[in-house]
Amino acid sequence: MQRRLKIGVLYSRVRVEEKWILGALEKRGMDYDRLDDRAIHFDLNDPKPWRQYDAVLERSISYNSGLYALRLLNAFGVPTVNTASVAEICGDKLMTSAALARDGVPQPHNATAFTPEAALEAIEAFGYPVVLKPVVGSWGRLLAKVNDRDAAEAVLEHKSTLGSVQHSVFYIQEYIAKPGRDIRAIVIGDKVLTAMYRKSEHWITNTARGGEGELCPITPEIESLCLRAAQAVGGGVLAVDLVEHPEKGLVVNEINHTMEFHTMQPVSGIDIAGEIVEYTVSVVKAVADS
Amino acid sequence: MNTATCPECEAQVELAAGTEVGEILVCSDCGVDLEVTALEPAAVQLAPMEQEDWGE
Repeated sequence: MQRRLKIGVLYSRVRVEEKWILGALEKRGMDYDRLDDRAIHFDLNDPKPWRQYDAVLERSISYNSGLYALRLLNAFGVPTVNTASVAEICGDKLMTSAALARDGVPQPHNATAFTPEAALEAIEAFGYPVVLKPVVGSWGRLLAKVNDRDAAEAVLEHKSTLGSVQHSVFYIQEYIAKPGRDIRAIVIGDKVLTAMYRKSEHWITNTARGGEGELCPITPEIESLCLRAAQAVGGGVLAVDLVEHPEKGLVVNEINHTMEFHTMQPVSGIDIAGEIVEYTVSVVKAVADS
Repeated sequence: MNTATCPECEAQVELAAGTEVGEILVCSDCGVDLEVTALEPAAVQLAPMEQEDWGE
């Protein structure tokens, strides 16, 4: 008799997405463990407890916990969704931008500097307004739209004085006068599953910040761009955020590797949680066949 | 109905059917975020504060 696959689900909080994923595992009669990232510990000399899993699906809210867990699991030879390498790139906006630049995927104009003085010089070269973003962070937090030199000096000083060391990696992006919306597409493996407009009167359109969702047709352009973006960061289960740039057309703004989809699943009517579970199984099979 | 006591205001918080351990509820009396830590009997504690590296 064939052994049932055993999946570990690494999480920080059981949000509605995790409930749907656990439900999808139950529905398929799969063997799984819930792995709370606040309770687990790794003995680096003893990978055996972790090798009981055919794959681990990472859904941590904490980027650091998730990333380090993935690094260890991959070092132990345990397949993960997503891989540590993908998490490393997607969790850091600068690394994402570097991967997109390497592959020539259209993205907003970005610059980086490591001191407030150099950042100010870069901002002045852009012209105002610009957007300053933390390289690690999400849900639209700590984004700053900088309209003039006074504001730039103030924000740069605050970031370098009050922030952690990471906030002194200054990530500068052109301000895009987008049409009150951006586009989020879910890419799983080599398929663009669904896409949604996120609308907001505010320049930050994250649904975590109150943006509303509406289904967006997947045009050939959106499909091609999302697949190229996903490939650039290593592929897997991803949410690609696109912005309609008034001059450049569609550009890739960021890519999320443990995306929320509490708005997308009901809006699209697609069982995204089920697709994530199916993809995880396909990863196990691909590893077994290799 | 499964209920737990809010550690902040001592209100009785109802756990809907299908509630999972690790889920976050909001106390309808004081509005604080609560994490479900057990189901039988039901128990909740104050949910952890949002950390800088949290996100999707």
